[in-house]
Amino acid sequence: MRQLLQATIAIVIACALLFLAANQLQVTGGKGGKDTLTVFNWGEYIDPDLIKQFEKETGIHVIYETFDSNEAMLTKIQQGGSAYDIAAPSEYTVEMMKEKDLLIPLDHSKIPNLKNIDPYFLDLAFDPGNEYSLPYFWGTVGIVYNPTIIGDELTFDSWEDLWDPSLKGKVFLVDGAREVMGMGLNSIGESLNTKDDKILRTATDKLITLAPNVKAIIGDEITPLMINNEASVALTWSGQAADMMFENEDLTYAVPEEGSNLWFDNFVIPKTAKNIDGAHAFINFMLDAEVNAQNTDYVGYSTPNAAAMELMDPEVVEDERYYPDEETREHLEVYENLGLEWLGKYNELFLEFKMNMR
Amino acid sequence: MQTKNSKSALFPYAIWIALFVIAPIALIIYYSLQDLEGNFTLANYAAFFSTVYLKMTLSSFWYAFLITFFTLLVSYPVAYLLTKTKHKHLWLMLIIIPSWINLLLKTYAFIGIFGLYGPINAMIEVFGFDPQQILFTNFSFVFVSVYIFIPFMIIPIFNSLDKLNPTLVYAARDLGASSFTTFRRVIFPLTIDGVKSGIQVTFIPALSLFMITRLIAGNRVITLGTAIEQQFLVSQNWGMGSTIAVFLIFIMVLIMLFTGKNSKGGRA
Repeated sequence: MRQLLQATIAIVIACALLFLAANQLQVTGGKGGKDTLTVFNWGEYIDPDLIKQFEKETGIHVIYETFDSNEAMLTKIQQGGSAYDIAAPSEYTVEMMKEKDLLIPLDHSKIPNLKNIDPYFLDLAFDPGNEYSLPYFWGTVGIVYNPTIIGDELTFDSWEDLWDPSLKGKVFLVDGAREVMGMGLNSIGESLNTKDDKILRTATDKLITLAPNVKAIIGDEITPLMINNEASVALTWSGQAADMMFENEDLTYAVPEEGSNLWFDNFVIPKTAKNIDGAHAFINFMLDAEVNAQNTDYVGYSTPNAAAMELMDPEVVEDERYYPDEETREHLEVYENLGLEWLGKYNELFLEFKMNMR
Repeated sequence: MQTKNSKSALFPYAIWIALFVIAPIALIIYYSLQDLEGNFTLANYAAFFSTVYLKMTLSSFWYAFLITFFTLLVSYPVAYLLTKTKHKHLWLMLIIIPSWINLLLKTYAFIGIFGLYGPINAMIEVFGFDPQQILFTNFSFVFVSVYIFIPFMIIPIFNSLDKLNPTLVYAARDLGASSFTTFRRVIFPLTIDGVKSGIQVTFIPALSLFMITRLIAGNRVITLGTAIEQQFLVSQNWGMGSTIAVFLIFIMVLIMLFTGKNSKGGRA
């Protein structure tokens, strides 16, 4: 009996200590104040040296936290537990956060480096006049493929190439309703923000005919599979494709001409911010041409910063795979916030497509 | 005095059950009656009976059945042989240890094992065949699920076999029953409770498996669990997600009733 009691007490004390330690660690994250700045960004999405440089220049201590989905970030900011001064949501999430009144308007006079951004990427539909957001990185949705395995005949200038009989059981798709439904809609020449039941039906029927070619619908696991040549064709984001191509030089990336998605991740200042001046300073710092060029080189996504592009390796900047020309961009569309009702419909149809895969 | 004491001792458990069993179920039912705007409606239930969801429920059932069937097929003989070994608890331990490893890690390991350049395909090539696509097939899904559930099935069956009085088996043999008849008429009926609780701990979680459906089956298999995850995390339609969950609970109750009381079949 005494032994049992001792063991119980030991366990309780150990748990209490661990709990305290965890609490202590949490407090240091997101405390907020004048001389600290809490940045909430995607993982592997900034050059850590630049954070040090910013700290040295301004004397502001940066706390850097990461998230792995827009939804997770949104939930954390909505709960309001931590004092995030800067976040980097994608465009449709910016729209959602605006609707929910979670954002503080940007003071453009405090961000002189705004002039560095290519005007093409400013004043977009999801945030007219860039009242709340400034673009950080951008990219496309397209097809990454391995010509040494599937041959040179298919170039994926058209989505139709995915339907090619030679790809039976070879195509991998990313597990996202907007991406896959968007691909279906684009392949029949419709907008990927369509809100029309009939057109969505046609797109789904078209997608179902792709089923025999589809091997699997997965998430980030696609990256190692492509790198190890286990998969040869995949629908994915340009950023993920860049990661794969970095590791496996046989791979290449194409955005079909019928159109595709153009996405942006943007700096915003959420309502949870405690250090609003510091947040503006950070955004301005990141938009500086030299800083931005260094960061883009590190992260590997496409920058909207025209001044930075001039400083970068011309081979990268002129690479149409990462920086498609304006004519191609004409065919690209930004996701609009569909609203929950239509988002639900997209997901339902995506589910139906998945059910037809066997 | 005695009864009063035991009643007040029940109090913490009553609170526990109210907070962690009854309240969540009530909340799920409450949410299942709401649409996206929070109005009360039965539309979610109507939507559940559309072809997509019915097909999904049926396929969930079919895969859960396959998984349970193969798990039982492997586990019963293993549990039986275990009781015959010398250091049976050591052997049991060795079988249970893999279940201490995180499910996700084990699943990721299978991605490597089943891969085109993995050990299985290397072996296939040694025998002179072309490498086979094993990952992202229905077979790999059932195989990995069975592997994961085997320890949970073995434990209750092992316990009930272990408790079986061997003299009953000797008596049956003495009276002239063949070994098959002994098994069919004596051993199996006496361990049926262990089998039943094994089925419960396999079939019910198998209905709502979700990470494996994506990692191993590449979403070629859709279970009710996948659909619930999608509704909550992507569509943000808590009403529909809860409705599917209500049906899952309903199906589980049916299975519990079907597999009957198992007061004797001991779990570990």
